[in-house]
Amino acid sequence: MLELRGVSVGYGRTAVVHDVDLEVPTGGAVAVMGHNGAGKTTLLRAAVGLLPVRSGTILLDGVDVTRMRPHQRVRRGLGYVPQGQLCFPQLTTLENLRLVADGRPDGARLVDEVLDTFPALRGLLPRKAGLLSGGQRQQLAIARTLLTQPRLLVLDEPTEGIQPNVVAEIEEVIAALTARDDLSVLLVEQHVGFALRATGRYYVLESGRVTSSGSGGPGAVADVRAAMAV
Amino acid sequence: MESFTTPLLTGTSTGAILLIAALGLALTFGQMGVINMAHGEFLMAGAYTTYLTQQVVSSADVSVLLAIPVAFLVAGLLGLALEAGIIRWMYHRPLDTLLVTVGVGMVLQQLAKDLFGAQGDPVREPGWLQGNLTVLGYHWPYTRMFTIVLAVVALGGLAALLKRTRFGRQIRATVQNRDLAETMGISTRRVDRITFFVGSGLAGVGGVAVALASGTNPTLGTSYIIPAFLVVVAGGLGQLRGTVLAAWLVGVVTAFLTDWFSGSTAQVITFALVVVFLQVRPQGLFTVRTRGLA
Repeated sequence: MLELRGVSVGYGRTAVVHDVDLEVPTGGAVAVMGHNGAGKTTLLRAAVGLLPVRSGTILLDGVDVTRMRPHQRVRRGLGYVPQGQLCFPQLTTLENLRLVADGRPDGARLVDEVLDTFPALRGLLPRKAGLLSGGQRQQLAIARTLLTQPRLLVLDEPTEGIQPNVVAEIEEVIAALTARDDLSVLLVEQHVGFALRATGRYYVLESGRVTSSGSGGPGAVADVRAAMAV
Repeated sequence: MESFTTPLLTGTSTGAILLIAALGLALTFGQMGVINMAHGEFLMAGAYTTYLTQQVVSSADVSVLLAIPVAFLVAGLLGLALEAGIIRWMYHRPLDTLLVTVGVGMVLQQLAKDLFGAQGDPVREPGWLQGNLTVLGYHWPYTRMFTIVLAVVALGGLAALLKRTRFGRQIRATVQNRDLAETMGISTRRVDRITFFVGSGLAGVGGVAVALASGTNPTLGTSYIIPAFLVVVAGGLGQLRGTVLAAWLVGVVTAFLTDWFSGSTAQVITFALVVVFLQVRPQGLFTVRTRGLA
């Protein structure tokens, strides 16, 4: 589904990600883990087109999308939930959703579907998104991205900075999404245990390089913790 | 009583022209953050479009109405060319944009002088705008009322575009977070182009009102550009209601002061008041409230 071949990315003169190879199989779920500053978010931003790559190739369904702009990648089935519960603060919750759903023939039904997934948002539809709590904004961010009908969902630390009682809800939704056969998932997550339960393969990134990779599952927790401790 | 109602109406109609000019800026400056000093020349282009339309369609009754969409289109296309040719390369360089668009404004002024001469041309008033509406013994000229109606229609159209349409939501989303808008499948380049087209087109509509009030002139834009910027800033960036209130206040205060001082002195005092107001309240009349992260 998604293939990164020898991808290097940086800001100005500073190289942040070096020669990374990574693959997300169709219908599969992959976790990327690493300490703060390891280059995880930089790698994801390059994968979705928000940062240009210095070298390497990004393939989506076998098509070279390295030079494509982000909205063109979205149309090819790539959905992205960025770090930090980002929303459009001056748009209402409903407007945030309609921004994506309008123009699609079954837009109203799709909105209804994501509201079934995140029922807490139903009562918040007229409220400006900038006035929602962090957890509510994250639910809105995931719901809005699901409306793009992605075949590959890229999630950047979806539980970071969220109050604990909402984290469980969000983890439940992500676990359900990773279990879907028609959806591939690339997940960056600090909670090693959850990330490995939800995905079938992992990569550990340190100082912008892949230092370890393997099959996911609860059994891999010790290996990942060891790799991250180095 | 007349000493109160006359400047009120005069000021409201002056404020209406200012509002139409400022509405375009509210989009290109207030929403997109682009300092386009050639915006006044788009107003001038709208005024000359009104004049030219009268040369083609001799009936002033029809030509003025026809000039409104044509002026919108002409000024809009000028804005589109400016955005595609120059501004798109300078979105993160506001000072460069300011200097370059001053230059573009001067080129457009010279072009107008070469094509139409340095002297202005009169624009004929349509028959249906001649005369006054008499209410409670006071005479309200139809031309001034037409300007106010034009401003209300432009305001209503822009508000409906931003609030009620899919494209309006795309504009607001792009302004609030460009990267996030891109990752929601929105082509932000396309949004930039169309937003600039609409903002510049609104200046063209303002030019129709200016042409009816005072005819054409290659330099007419210069007298509107700074007040229009002040109105957008004083209203609060990105706040249409603030732009409306600020335009009306500037128009009315200037009209009242004109009763006591010369016109230019009144303008200087008004803008000094705006500057003092911005010292006290830099965020303008209205501000945006959010809880946290953008």
